[in-house]
Amino acid sequence: MDTSNQDILLMKGNEAIAHAAIRCGCDGYFGYPITPQSEILETLAAEKPWETTGMVVLQAESEVASINMLYGGGGSGKRVMTSSSSPGIALMQEGITYLAGAEIPALIVNVQRGGPGLGTIQPSQGDYFQATRGGGNGDYQVIVLAPSSVQEMADFVDLAFGLAFRYRNPAMILSDGVIGQMMEKVVLPPFKPRRTEEQIRQECPWAAIGRTADRKPNILTSLELRPEAMERHNIELQAKYRQIEQTEVRLEEVQTADAEYLIVAFGSAARIALKAIDMLRAEGIRAGLLRPITLWPFPTERIAQLAGQVRGILSFEINAGQMVQDIRLAVEGRTPVAHYGKMGGIVPTPDELVQALKQKLAK
Amino acid sequence: MTEEIIISGFGGQGVLSMGKIIAYSALMKGLEVSWMPAYGPEQRGGTANVTVIVSTERISSPILSTFDTAIILNQPSLDKFEPLIKPGGTLIYDGYGISHPPTRKDISIYEIAAMDAAAEMGNPKGFNMVVLGGLLKLRQFISVEHVLKALRKTLPERHHHLIPANEEALRRGMEIIRERQND
Repeated sequence: MDTSNQDILLMKGNEAIAHAAIRCGCDGYFGYPITPQSEILETLAAEKPWETTGMVVLQAESEVASINMLYGGGGSGKRVMTSSSSPGIALMQEGITYLAGAEIPALIVNVQRGGPGLGTIQPSQGDYFQATRGGGNGDYQVIVLAPSSVQEMADFVDLAFGLAFRYRNPAMILSDGVIGQMMEKVVLPPFKPRRTEEQIRQECPWAAIGRTADRKPNILTSLELRPEAMERHNIELQAKYRQIEQTEVRLEEVQTADAEYLIVAFGSAARIALKAIDMLRAEGIRAGLLRPITLWPFPTERIAQLAGQVRGILSFEINAGQMVQDIRLAVEGRTPVAHYGKMGGIVPTPDELVQALKQKLAK
Repeated sequence: MTEEIIISGFGGQGVLSMGKIIAYSALMKGLEVSWMPAYGPEQRGGTANVTVIVSTERISSPILSTFDTAIILNQPSLDKFEPLIKPGGTLIYDGYGISHPPTRKDISIYEIAAMDAAAEMGNPKGFNMVVLGGLLKLRQFISVEHVLKALRKTLPERHHHLIPANEEALRRGMEIIRERQND
C-alpha cells in the first residue's frame, strides 16, 4: 500500500472501526456497551459525527432494540450498523434473521469473547457457528468478514456495507478481543460523503422511503403466510446465496506453494499462525497458511485443491473446533484434518501451536 | 530488528501508558509496532500487563510465549515473566516491593530504583518515565528524541508544559539504571 501521502495512525481495532464508519458514509450507529468492544461506541461518542457528517449515534436501551433499529434504518436504504460482543450478538439473532428474510442490508460487528452464556470478557472465536450457520431461524446466510489486523478492521467497514447493499443482505464483521483491543498502525480510508436522499432513491428502489406516484408502496417484511409464495422467496434467497458463494470468496495464502502442512486460521488466530509457521520452517517443517477472509462464503474450493498437495491440514481456531467442520466438508477425507484450539478466553501462543501441529500431524 | 517486550506491574502504575509511549515512539521512527494489553479485571487492583512488539518487519503474532525484554514492577509479575525471558534477554525491575529478586543466570538483569527517584524528583507520576529511561539506555531501538516527539504529537497542547518534567524523568532513569550482579 502506498501510504506516502496518508497519515499513519496508531489505534485499537475497535477505534479503527468507529473512525472508518464515520469516513465511509455511515448514516447511523445503534449499539449497547459490552466488553471487549465498548471503544466503538465510546470513540463515536467522542468524535461526535452528528456535528460533521450528520451520522446518528445512539446508545439504545438494549441489543434487541439496536438490531431492530437497523431494520428500520436499513429498510429506508440507510447505511446503518451496530456492534456488540458474543452474548449481545446472541440477543440480536431474531433481528438478524428478520433482516435476512426481508433482504435488508445492515452491518453487524461482533468482537467475540469467550462463552457459552455470559462467559468471559477475554478473546475467543467461539461464535463461528453462530455467524456462519445463522443463529436465528430459517434457511439464511449472513456475509461474514474476519479481519486479522487493525487495518482490516478499518477497511472491512466499507467493504461490508458494499456487499450488504449489493446483495441486500446483512453483513457481519466477525472480530475478537485480540484484534479489537490491540493497537497497530492504520491508514484510515478517505472521507466519502453520506448519500443524499436522491442517491438512496436511485440505488435502493426497494427502500421504504415514501411512495412516489409512479409505483406501488414498497413493503419490507419477512412474513409470508402463503406457502407457495414463501417457497418462491426461499428459492430466490438460495439463488442469491449461490451467487455470493461464486463471486465473493476472499482469502489470503502465505507460504502455501511448497507447504507440506496447511494451517487454516482466521482473524487473530491467523496472526499467531504466521509466527508458528516461521518457527516450524526454522525446524525444517514446511507449513503454510490459508486465511479465510470471508467465513461465509467459505473458501471450500481452494482448500479442496490444497488438500491434494499437503500431508495434513490443521484448523487452528480459538474455540473447541467449529471451522474444522467446513474444512472436513471441503477435503472429503483426502488428507488428515485435525483441530487445535483453546477455550474460555485463553489465547494459544505460537509455541503451543507449533507443538500441536507436530503432535497431531507431523509425527 | 525485532524487540519483543512485556511490561507488567500493578494496575495504576502506568504500565499500559508506558507501552503506549514506546509504541508511539516507534511509530515516530517509522517502525512496525503492536500493543496488546491484558484487558479486563486485572486492571483493577491486580496485575496489568502489555505486550509491545517493535520491528523493522511486518509483525505476525501480537501474542507471545517468550520475550526479549521484560520490564517488571511487582512480585507477581516477576514470578510470572522471569521464566519467559529468552536466554540472553534483558530483565529490568524496580526492587521496590520485590521480596524474591530474580535468580536467572542466562539473562542480563538490571535494577532501577524508579519509585524512589520519582518521589525524590517530586514527580511520583513520572515513575513510569523513569523506568522507560532505563529501557532506552539499554535497548537503543528508539531514542529520547523519538519519545519526546511522540509526546508532542499525542498529548493535547494544554499538557505540553508537562513534557520537560517527563524528559527529566527519562534522563534520570538513564542515569540510575544499574546492572545487578548475581552472585
